[in-house]
Amino acid sequence: MSVELDVFVGNTTIMDEEVYQLWLDGYTVNDAVKVRMEGGVMDECEASKDVLLSDTMDQYRTFQMCERLLHSPAKLANQLLFQIPPHRQIMLIERYYAFDDTFVREVLGKKLSKGTKKDLDDISAKTSVTLKSCRRQFDNFKRVFKVVEELKGPLVENIRQHFLLSDKLARDYAAIVFFANNRFETGKRKLQYLSFQDFAFCAGQLISNWTVGAVDNMVEDMDEHAFQTLPSLRGKTKVFIEMEGSFKNLSRGLINIAAKLTNTKDVRDFFIDLVEKFIEPCRSDRWSAADMKLYLTHYTNSAHILDTFKHQVVWDRYMGVVKSCIFKMYHD
Amino acid sequence: MPGKLKAKIVAGRHLPVMDRASDLTDAFVEVKFGNTTFKTDVCPKSLNPQWNSEWFKFEVDDEDLQDEPLQITVLDHDTYSANDAIGKVYIDIDPLLYSEAASVISGWFPIYDTIHGIRGEINVIVKVELFNDLNRFRQSSCGVKFFCTTCIPQCYRATLVHGFVEELVVNEDPEYQWIDRIRTPRASNEARQRLISLMSGELQRKIGLKVLEMGGNAVVGYLQCFDLEGESGLVVRAIGTACTLDKLSSGSAPNTNTHMHPNTAPASNACNSPSKDGKEPVFVEDLPSSSGPPTPFRALPTSSSPPPFSPSKPCSRQSSSSDTDLSLTPKTGKNTWPRPSFPFSSLPSPTLHIGEFPFFTLTSFPPGFLLHVGGVVSARSVKLLDRIHNPDEPETRDAWWEEIRQEIKSHARALGCHAVVGYSESTSICEEVCILSASGTAAILNPRYMREGCLDIGCTDHRLVSFFLIVQLKVSDSLNVSHHVFEEPSPPNCGFCHIPYDELNMPFPAQLTYCYHCRRQKVPDVLFTTIDLPSEAAVAGKGCLIQARLCRLKKKAQGEANATAISNLLPFMEYELHTQLMNKLKLRSMNALFGLHIQISVGENMLLGLASATGVYLTALPAPGGIQIAGKTPGDLSSEHISSIQKRINDTIAVNKELYQINPPELAEEGVGSPIPEPRHRSRLFRSHSESSDELSELDLSHGKKDAFVLEIDDTDAVEDIHSLLIDAPPPTGFYSCNTENMPGISNWTSGVQMFTSVRVLRLSNANLTNQGLNKIFTDLCENLLKSFYFKLRSMIPCCLCHLNFTVAVPEEELIQVTVTAVAMTYDKEQTQEKTMKESFHVQFNTLSTHQSRKKKFKLYSLFIHPSSASVDYGSFADRCSTWLELLRLKAHTIRRGSVKTISSLERCSPLQEGRSRSLRSSRSFGGSSVTVVKMTPLSFLPGTRIIKYLGIINMFFIRETTSLREEGGVSGFLHSFIAEVFAMVRAHVAALGGNAVVSYSMKECVFMENPNKNQAQCLINVSGDAVICISETDQESSASTANTGQTGGSETDGAT
Repeated sequence: MSVELDVFVGNTTIMDEEVYQLWLDGYTVNDAVKVRMEGGVMDECEASKDVLLSDTMDQYRTFQMCERLLHSPAKLANQLLFQIPPHRQIMLIERYYAFDDTFVREVLGKKLSKGTKKDLDDISAKTSVTLKSCRRQFDNFKRVFKVVEELKGPLVENIRQHFLLSDKLARDYAAIVFFANNRFETGKRKLQYLSFQDFAFCAGQLISNWTVGAVDNMVEDMDEHAFQTLPSLRGKTKVFIEMEGSFKNLSRGLINIAAKLTNTKDVRDFFIDLVEKFIEPCRSDRWSAADMKLYLTHYTNSAHILDTFKHQVVWDRYMGVVKSCIFKMYHD
Repeated sequence: MPGKLKAKIVAGRHLPVMDRASDLTDAFVEVKFGNTTFKTDVCPKSLNPQWNSEWFKFEVDDEDLQDEPLQITVLDHDTYSANDAIGKVYIDIDPLLYSEAASVISGWFPIYDTIHGIRGEINVIVKVELFNDLNRFRQSSCGVKFFCTTCIPQCYRATLVHGFVEELVVNEDPEYQWIDRIRTPRASNEARQRLISLMSGELQRKIGLKVLEMGGNAVVGYLQCFDLEGESGLVVRAIGTACTLDKLSSGSAPNTNTHMHPNTAPASNACNSPSKDGKEPVFVEDLPSSSGPPTPFRALPTSSSPPPFSPSKPCSRQSSSSDTDLSLTPKTGKNTWPRPSFPFSSLPSPTLHIGEFPFFTLTSFPPGFLLHVGGVVSARSVKLLDRIHNPDEPETRDAWWEEIRQEIKSHARALGCHAVVGYSESTSICEEVCILSASGTAAILNPRYMREGCLDIGCTDHRLVSFFLIVQLKVSDSLNVSHHVFEEPSPPNCGFCHIPYDELNMPFPAQLTYCYHCRRQKVPDVLFTTIDLPSEAAVAGKGCLIQARLCRLKKKAQGEANATAISNLLPFMEYELHTQLMNKLKLRSMNALFGLHIQISVGENMLLGLASATGVYLTALPAPGGIQIAGKTPGDLSSEHISSIQKRINDTIAVNKELYQINPPELAEEGVGSPIPEPRHRSRLFRSHSESSDELSELDLSHGKKDAFVLEIDDTDAVEDIHSLLIDAPPPTGFYSCNTENMPGISNWTSGVQMFTSVRVLRLSNANLTNQGLNKIFTDLCENLLKSFYFKLRSMIPCCLCHLNFTVAVPEEELIQVTVTAVAMTYDKEQTQEKTMKESFHVQFNTLSTHQSRKKKFKLYSLFIHPSSASVDYGSFADRCSTWLELLRLKAHTIRRGSVKTISSLERCSPLQEGRSRSLRSSRSFGGSSVTVVKMTPLSFLPGTRIIKYLGIINMFFIRETTSLREEGGVSGFLHSFIAEVFAMVRAHVAALGGNAVVSYSMKECVFMENPNKNQAQCLINVSGDAVICISETDQESSASTANTGQTGGSETDGAT
């Protein structure tokens, strides 16, 4: 005796958020049932294991059928197959596009290619995120990347519109896309202490201040022209740096980083440079965050004192971002 | 040339990729009606084509309009090879043929392919211009309205009930034609879908003609079924109740026909025109006079009327089982028990012109319509199918049904009744054997309703109305007066329980007592019916679903031998189902069953029986006694065992009493001067019981409680039976269940509604199962299904599963299939605790619910605002664009509506109004969606709403087939998506008609076949229901006409999107 077929279809699609999460996390039906049993859901309605199994299977099927629609969330709203209340639709989309910070940290800055996808099982083992979930997250990144790649206009807004994501999630995706596009180096050992959120914050800064698309309609990845002028600073800054040697080094570091920004290949090393040239020296000198802040603020402002310095705007634009990035990145 | 059909193809979206090379599709559309076909241009390389075609015009007879569906085929253009079909849409244009219903069909329809399922959507507009045709000999019946609803539809008033209409049409099944060997599965499926669509159109037209002949204008309780007889053909048959319905002007709507729906019976009864009030105790004054036997129908001398039960009755190849089975089920008291000696008139009173068969497919009636209810009458017969030779003369099938109906009629007469209500027919087919079943409830109807022109349900004496109002006022004056006091003076709440038959000539042995309500008339100890609980009936506590389940093995056989074997088994099955029902009823301490439906399904090697009903405690009937367990000999070894079982039973009864809150108010006064039946009666009951169960009457009657029902344990089977009685788990806290329209004891529904369909198929791997083992498996299957529902719907607690409709089938030798459709509805627990909210509490509840729903709506509103405002500066996508346009249109609509409101009622605060009217559409306009939320329910009403318009009947038939079963997620995945697709298509059709809900929805057929070895499966589903527009009851406060305009505007806007 065996159950050959077992389905339950509601006019309003029934979805349990807990089961949805288990599905997203890549649990198999049986594992999900175990988790639910441990969660004590059985006591709620005098349910037995069979009931739980049948319910989980039903929901898994529903989610699988929905998945196709979730790939282009706009479709979810005007498809006819499932009647899902709007707040549920938002939940479905938001959770589907949610990702694990530990996972995204691993692929951040990597090319979203087939090659990377092949390595997902390693990443899965390393981050203990199930392979299924890794694949979903990776495919999400790729899908978002593919869609926004060809779109004009502000990146975050494009993502938000196209995937109906919340502002926070759209920003995170913008960061991921930005990193993938510019192939920033994030995997070095020295950068391991940085979390995804650190990078996402920096990416946000970079996107909104250094990319032209953020401000007007022209698209240009990095405002290269503006940074062309920075090397000319090199000679002039020496004038006001008459403090300790380390200060000199730091200053030189910052200026060099700025100079490298003109070269796309070197842009990749932006973060590693920041760490190596600035953060690590400071850390070895046991600067507190407050010291750092004080230094950078004065350092930025002192440029204004120089009469000969003609690139105030660019300088501010550069230092503003670098400053906030360093603040964010300066921790253990 | 009395009609012009116009169709316009607007656009498509989400089309599948048909050209792998370009990842795009070159789509065009063929529009076909009858033999005329039009084509649109090809819209190259687009998955969201915009055709915006001209109007395609078909000039056709209205006969064709009724029969034919509009057929829309979406194809992919291919220059070098044949065009590939993407899918089809069939649109039934019947709803456009009567003026009161929809005026236009317009909206997005899923493009359906029988192999691939839904593949994108297409936007279509359809209109019909009808010319008046005064030809008296016309074959069409345009204008006759059809309702699946088994009560007088809300917003209508029945001026006359004409009676029973039936028709059947037969044809060859395309699946079994020779050509099927050479055509593709797709072509075969489509031929079948089309044929069935044609046949149901034809059937509906023919029934309509009959209705017109009778002088009616509508069919209520329309029940259409398919018999897939395989080789021998395809039968589409339908029954219904012809009525003359009057549309109520919307202004007076709120209170009309509220008998179905206690929620809509507002306290404002008093201020409404009395003639529109559905809740009047119309026959208050009649009661004394009707307290005697219903003489008008019985005064005539016996004419001929051959005794319905006679051993000599010709039982040829098809043995009519009902006769025999009925003879075996007397002890339960409420089945038919025709006695040859019982004299009856051949015809009811001549004042009744209700046709040859005084049958009514309705299950709920206006108060006062039912005078007395006799009990369930049923008939079954086993037939051998043979080829239908001439489809135009389906005489054999007609004759079969005729036979069964005659039998039902004579059973009803034996019960002293002249009519059968809650009547339904069904079949079960396995290979060449077919069981035809019919059942209903014998009843005596009020002759007033039947006389020409007198069924004006609203038209009652003003005198009575004022009397009613006075009573009502009294109640509302003193809140502490319980509803029983209120109902005391109006005996309609017990009248229907009074026996219609002569006490001295009882058609079957039963225990009679004086009515516990009025003390004037005799009532039986239990009452079984197929109808819904009359709204005026006095009940104690809550009702619950009661099911009897049974499996019987039979030997495989062919032809007549098989038919004989089945018909020999049937009576035993019916008997046992009855015993189970009775025991379970007693176990729940209840005394009446409503909505009883017994299904017997035949398979190759077994028969399945499933009886479902809603048990209830009628305060007019005597309290049920307990169940007494007795061993074969009192001093048995197993006496300890027996007493432990007895204890368990007693405990269960006590628990159930508590659970269903059965505290009949009469208990206290039981001893006080009430005519308690003499002991003679009781002993008679026992005797009859023992007779029927082939036991000797050596039972120790003094052994137990006086009123106890004795179960004897004589072997292990009996022990098993009792155990199985006890394993029916009560629903978990917060849940109730019933299979009727109204849940006895709950009427304060809140707005949560979740309709669902569930299918489970069990494979019996063990070939050597016994009957007992099978029973256990079958019972577990049903119980587990219920448990699953409770679990899945736990977020809706407190909630009630209503209209639980179980269908069983034996699709293959070792498979058992159970299909359930039901609706879960939330209710207000606080209100229930106050026991009953009759008129006086109503105001309070009403305001409460208003408050709640307002809150909810505002939430929706904000959700709606958010995504749309986000999309404001986003113009790069076409669909976004259209969203924006729609939003603008919406806004315009809101403004228009808002202004109407201000004119009509100034004191209404406008922000709220606007919030509401926008929220009304908010759900459909989320994130650029134009999808209308369509609610579905198997009930005739939606809680918290009022139906303002019936848009026509939905009757759809779909076939889905797959040759890649594994890839589609196995059988479950396949069926899951198919059911979801069926729902989607129903919703889309309703939305296109301008509706927002389907009531009286049912899944008539769900035939599933699989062949896992070939990776194939096929499923047929037939669904039906009434498409309606309903508005929130809170809108009721405002002038209904305004709401009406607003709604019409809404549906028009719908159409345009």
